Amino acid sequence: MADNLESAIDEVIHTEALTKVYPGDILAVDGLDLSVARGEIFGLLGPNGAGKTTTAGMLTTRVIPTGGTAFVGGIDVVAHPTAAKQVIGVVPQTNTLDRSLTVWENLYFHGRFFGMNAKTSKAEATRLLEQFRLSDRATVDVSALSGGMAQRLMVARAIMHRPAILFLDEPTAGLDPQSRIALWDILGELHTDGQTILLTTHYMEEADELCDRLAIIDHGKLLALDTPANLKRSVGIDAMITVSATGDLDRLASVLRDSLTTATKVESVDGVVRVWMQQLVGVLPAIIDAAEKQGFTVTDLSSTEPTLETVFISLTGKDLRE
Amino acid sequence: MTSMTPRATIPAPATLGQSTRVATRRAFFALMLRDLTVLRKQLGQFLPRTLLQPFLLVFVFTYVFPKIGQGVGGSGAGAALFSTMLVAGVVGLSIMFQGIQSVALPMVQEFGYTREIEDRVLAPMPVSLVAMEKVASGALNGLFSAILVFPIAAIVPATPVHLQINWPVLLTLTPLACYMCGALGLTFGTLFDSRTVPLLFGIVVLPLTFLGAIYYPWQSLEPIRWLQIGVLVNPLVYMCEGFRAALTPVPHMSLWAIYPAMIGFSALFTWLGISGFKKRVLS
Repeated sequence: MADNLESAIDEVIHTEALTKVYPGDILAVDGLDLSVARGEIFGLLGPNGAGKTTTAGMLTTRVIPTGGTAFVGGIDVVAHPTAAKQVIGVVPQTNTLDRSLTVWENLYFHGRFFGMNAKTSKAEATRLLEQFRLSDRATVDVSALSGGMAQRLMVARAIMHRPAILFLDEPTAGLDPQSRIALWDILGELHTDGQTILLTTHYMEEADELCDRLAIIDHGKLLALDTPANLKRSVGIDAMITVSATGDLDRLASVLRDSLTTATKVESVDGVVRVWMQQLVGVLPAIIDAAEKQGFTVTDLSSTEPTLETVFISLTGKDLRE
Repeated sequence: MTSMTPRATIPAPATLGQSTRVATRRAFFALMLRDLTVLRKQLGQFLPRTLLQPFLLVFVFTYVFPKIGQGVGGSGAGAALFSTMLVAGVVGLSIMFQGIQSVALPMVQEFGYTREIEDRVLAPMPVSLVAMEKVASGALNGLFSAILVFPIAAIVPATPVHLQINWPVLLTLTPLACYMCGALGLTFGTLFDSRTVPLLFGIVVLPLTFLGAIYYPWQSLEPIRWLQIGVLVNPLVYMCEGFRAALTPVPHMSLWAIYPAMIGFSALFTWLGISGFKKRVLS
């Protein structure tokens, strides 16, 4: 009993068979089961169009599910959207700051929207600008902010009412590398303070760097869910070798399959041959050898340790960046 | 299992413990406060956009024309009657323009390039009330402009304006007119987007105003019967006629027609506006 109670309290997001079919029979999210624990950074990783934003949209009351259930902070988001909105903070993909207000006023009114009195909201707005190193911009119009600053302000706004969970939709898309790292630092600090975070991303480095657990989704379906480390281990391979060569790549794949007896998998995809191996010692010369004996010219050869990218490729057969 | 020490150092949500009703009420008034703050900051825009059009209208029709011996209503008593008649039209017109300028046009922007609406609908209140707040704010803008414009219409004309204020009608009709125009603004704001918004003026506002009983009392259309009946689909007709009843001794349409029509249009625009708004923000 106590166990159940505790786990119920500690589960901030819970979905069962969550489904969204858009008009025209477009299946965006297909029976998603998710559980996000309090205090974790949870990532939804997948290519564009995988259903990440739709999933985040359903959890934040903007998209109405066509099937299944979704609870945020123990609140049914479909039945009680107003109550759900009280416990979520959202940083959307695009800049949605109030252009008619200054930087400080954006925070002040956000606090008021969420029920703070004038005094509390004023103090919080000022404190947050300090925390997010935006104090010197307090009185400027938000249109005068750089992309990175606008993003920081949106994060400050989203956490101002102390949401049980913070949603970030592709938070670093379109940010310069410096701003991206600054944002990662901020999210790291929030995480240390115990903030539960759900973010969607198609940058695997971001997912790897930030997330405690990851759900890899494609075509609206959950393909894998685990810690980044476990996901990389789960693929069961040490490395992926990519061979670029001239000639009939299907034939090259079968040549390599015959000559590399320890290869887990050899396949010809996207104009290259991919070889999945348990160990790399002596393999690269052997590949060149085998290929050239059969009249192929190897133009490029590279090996990669398992990354989330290789996990994604092994799960879907395609590149995350496409 | 016995330990209840919270893992998080982040305090409980600020809104926790507030019932959703309280949260909704606070969010609604905070949104109004935001709109009033923006209005105050943009007073430099609000005043000219509110005052210039009615001023020019009144100035040209009721000052310039009589002075140069040309124009509407002839001279003398006719001109005085026209000036009096026009007061109501000018007040009605400026309330309607506020519905468009303070609700419809900002919404087209918020839905379009700024996407601000996406944040606004995350305020802890039902989406329909986010839309209703826009109507309320537009109505308030309409009220301010009516108060500003009325003296212009009464003072500028070269010929004396004969006002005869019917307070019960004025005090009930003004809020109703302001609400109706706020709801009209909401409907337009959800129907048009940044690409189609020029059409709003070209094919909607223009006929609404020219055929809205602003420049002539509805009853004077008697000789053109088909037009007199045709303009009854125009909500502005009832509003201007209503102000004629509230402010002047000029003959006007029956109040028994004005009130039901305005209530009906208010309900229609509220329904159209809210469903259009929901369609735009929820998927």
